[in-house]
Amino acid sequence: MKRLPTALNSHPLVSREIHWLTAAFLFAAAPHLLRMPLWISGLVAGIAAMRLLQLRLRFALPRKWLLALVAVAAAGGILLQYRTLFGRDAGVSMLVIMLALKLLETHTRRDGMLLGFLGCFLLVTNFLHSQTIPTALYMLICAWFLLATLIGLQYTGTWPGWRHQIQRAGVLMVQAVPLMAVLFLLFPRVQGPLWGLPQDAYAGLTGLSDNMSPGSLNNLILSYDVAFRAEFKDGRTPEAKDLYWRGPVLWDYDGRTWTAPRLTQSTEDLPAGGDLEYTVTLEPHNKRWLFALEFPGQKPPRAIATRDMQLLSFTPVRSRLRYEMTSAIGAAYGADDDRMVLARSLRLPADSNPRAAAFAAELRNRHREDRDLVSAVLTLFRNENFVYTLTPPLLGQHPVDEFLFDTRRGFCEHYASAFTVLMRAAGIPARVVTGYQGGEVNPVGGYILVRQADAHAWVEVWLENAGWVRVDPTAAVSPARVERGIASALPRSDPLPMFVRGDFAMLQRMRLTWDSITYSWNQWVLGYNPERQRRFLSHLGFSEAGWQTLSVVLVVFAGMAVLIGAGLALRDLRGVRRDPAKLAYDRFCRKLSRRGVPRGAAEGPRVFASRAARQRPDLAAAINDITTLYVGLRYAGDSGTAEALQQLERRIRAFKP
Amino acid sequence: MSSQLNAVAEQINGIILGKAHQIRLAIACLLARGHLLIEDVPGVGKTTLAHAIATSLGLRFQRIQFTSDLLPADILGISVYNRDTGGFEFHPGPVFTNVVLADEVNRATPRAQSALLEAMEENQVTIEGETRQLPVPFFVIATQNPSYQIGTFPLPESQLDRFLMRIELGYPDAEAERALLNGDNRRDMLQRLQPRLDAGGLAALQLEVQQVHASAALLDYLQALVNTTRRSPAFAHGLSPRASLALLQGARAWAYMDDRRHVLPEDIQAVLPAVVAHRLSPASETAGTSGTALATQLLEEVAIP
Repeated sequence: MKRLPTALNSHPLVSREIHWLTAAFLFAAAPHLLRMPLWISGLVAGIAAMRLLQLRLRFALPRKWLLALVAVAAAGGILLQYRTLFGRDAGVSMLVIMLALKLLETHTRRDGMLLGFLGCFLLVTNFLHSQTIPTALYMLICAWFLLATLIGLQYTGTWPGWRHQIQRAGVLMVQAVPLMAVLFLLFPRVQGPLWGLPQDAYAGLTGLSDNMSPGSLNNLILSYDVAFRAEFKDGRTPEAKDLYWRGPVLWDYDGRTWTAPRLTQSTEDLPAGGDLEYTVTLEPHNKRWLFALEFPGQKPPRAIATRDMQLLSFTPVRSRLRYEMTSAIGAAYGADDDRMVLARSLRLPADSNPRAAAFAAELRNRHREDRDLVSAVLTLFRNENFVYTLTPPLLGQHPVDEFLFDTRRGFCEHYASAFTVLMRAAGIPARVVTGYQGGEVNPVGGYILVRQADAHAWVEVWLENAGWVRVDPTAAVSPARVERGIASALPRSDPLPMFVRGDFAMLQRMRLTWDSITYSWNQWVLGYNPERQRRFLSHLGFSEAGWQTLSVVLVVFAGMAVLIGAGLALRDLRGVRRDPAKLAYDRFCRKLSRRGVPRGAAEGPRVFASRAARQRPDLAAAINDITTLYVGLRYAGDSGTAEALQQLERRIRAFKP
Repeated sequence: MSSQLNAVAEQINGIILGKAHQIRLAIACLLARGHLLIEDVPGVGKTTLAHAIATSLGLRFQRIQFTSDLLPADILGISVYNRDTGGFEFHPGPVFTNVVLADEVNRATPRAQSALLEAMEENQVTIEGETRQLPVPFFVIATQNPSYQIGTFPLPESQLDRFLMRIELGYPDAEAERALLNGDNRRDMLQRLQPRLDAGGLAALQLEVQQVHASAALLDYLQALVNTTRRSPAFAHGLSPRASLALLQGARAWAYMDDRRHVLPEDIQAVLPAVVAHRLSPASETAGTSGTALATQLLEEVAIP
């Protein structure tokens, strides 16, 4: 490759080019600027404004040492802000500030090219934050704009106008599509994201945690984020009352907070009869739980099953994870759990919730049978004046006591917690299970969408000869919660995320459609992992392809893609680029040819028109009009306007021989 | 066609019967500022055509009968000693006129031919070291007998290339010949011809022909044609850039005569045989195909882009 002559490299940039560069940079940095602390966004915007102002007023730009000083100060500021210079947020902030400063010392074409390329790099960092379709579209437009800017730097003579720039960039991008497709499909995939995201990238993820105290689920309920989506095989979606997605199991109670044990025993002994098959696509939540319907009949790869029927991934789930599952709904298990396990599920802190303990003792006196006692408490919840609400009153030192005997207004965690405490006080082993209940069936995509808002807590009690049995006290208080979802169970005055209630049918439909598009995007674009790549390759006939095979295939296909692109480009150079008028005229000739009036390759348009008109006198007028328009466009050069072309295309569309 | 050109064409059509296409080509050739070669057997009206064109265009006309003993001085002129002034005095030859009819140009020796050909290329002649400008406009209409006839010195390719067009008149059809036989004496008719144009008018028309638009698409077609002759093994040699220019100029004139200000592929096709047939020869002598056949083949082979 020949290097640009130095004279061209040091060619000074004109105002137009600097405008483009500044705009392209701001465009690419905009999503970051909206996320960053105000002082960084302000600094960057100020620097850009200064550069633009300088073009107009022509004042001297800051010297190099001043720029260096600002850079050091900015680095200090970032250090104060993020406590580090590395990691996603700090690193991107640094990059944005440095690029803005570079804008102030961009004078020559070489500087401009450098800034353009760095802008492309900046663009990619946006994907560290979001990989959704809107982000991808925005990035695509940004890339287009950046490319047009880079093209704009290449003109040596007169500037052919911004349309030309945009057009050229568009053509280049279209030409790159085959190569892009090849690289996407064949570039060796690695498990997880291509590069390890910095630790802080997972800070904002929501999801269930390993502990529960009054009020902790409320935050989740207000989140509209997707927890996971599940697609049932053959459309066998279970009934809503069976949709208990099991998550963390909480054993230990300190009088206020339930926590999951740190260590859990794993088991290979999963309930048999798991004939409900489905696929879960789990959003990253930075925890190890994998959700499955009660009770899982198998464990996903790279995960373990615990004795209390949790599925735990080896590593925290930090990228979208897809796994096949089977479940046996209503299976029984744990009938032979030993006393140690049961002892842990009877433990209560001393001198907490004394009234509940007294009440439990009284119940125990009345009901000798465990089952009777359980139904007695459920009946209590059902018949007494208990209210299911998202906005319960705050509870004090003995939350269960206060809830059971004073406030009687609570959310699922209150009921689960109170129920478990009563059971344990009455000597029945019990534990709290958290997870999700229900989900929204998306008829467009044919899957169930489970949101954080579907988070739920219920109870498991251990009964002689039966093992662990699920009891959902919330269902006793508010059967609607389990049967029709959270929106119908809560009073209308309670705050819920928009759309959850489904008030607007039209919006609801659009939302479901959009979600199913997102789902496909996740499945096929973001979820294109080594597994899928292997499957795709075996379709191509490369089963068990190692990375060597993959590299060869990649090189061959990429080469083919580049050749195709080059062929198209060279055809362009030879000047055989198709004139739109000619393309339209060819369509016209094909139409006539189908009716038995083919045009000879060497037959001029007028000669052909008169011959065709002789053969088809009924079409003579149309043929002559079209030929006149075509000849005017292609040979006269005077009517080469967009209108004439549009008219020609319209006439040819309407031409029905 | 402008009314003047129409009048010219009509008048010539009245004398040479049934040859409208050739006459149109001849006029186009002059409009394109090119020299014209008329090739055919004797007696089909070559000379009459040349004479009729010159008179109808209102141009001065000289005729040179080429023979094997013709000398350059007979064409260009000669300096003769004048006893009264005691110096040499130049007597301009027949070439100093608007239209030269070089009759049976291939009967002269190459030496005489080349004297005329210099004038054709340069629009000037050099006699005894002195360069003299020829009048404007200056045309050569040469007639030539087919080279298989006895006593001919065929023009070399380099000299043929200087004629923008070559046309063949051919025998008249029966109807035209009957009209000819019934009609007046041609010589008398030539005498009665009226000029329909003058030198100034012709120059103006030529200028307008120059303005006729040739689009990129059309030039693509023209270049495709020319390139085919250069690449295809059927041709002994390809067309020269001068031939390309001639083709374009001829097509422009043809379009202009059709009252258009832009050239169509049809214009190229109309003039191509006349413009390139004498410049093309088949690759193998034995093939026996003439330049005209090659030109037709070329038109059939090359698609209009």
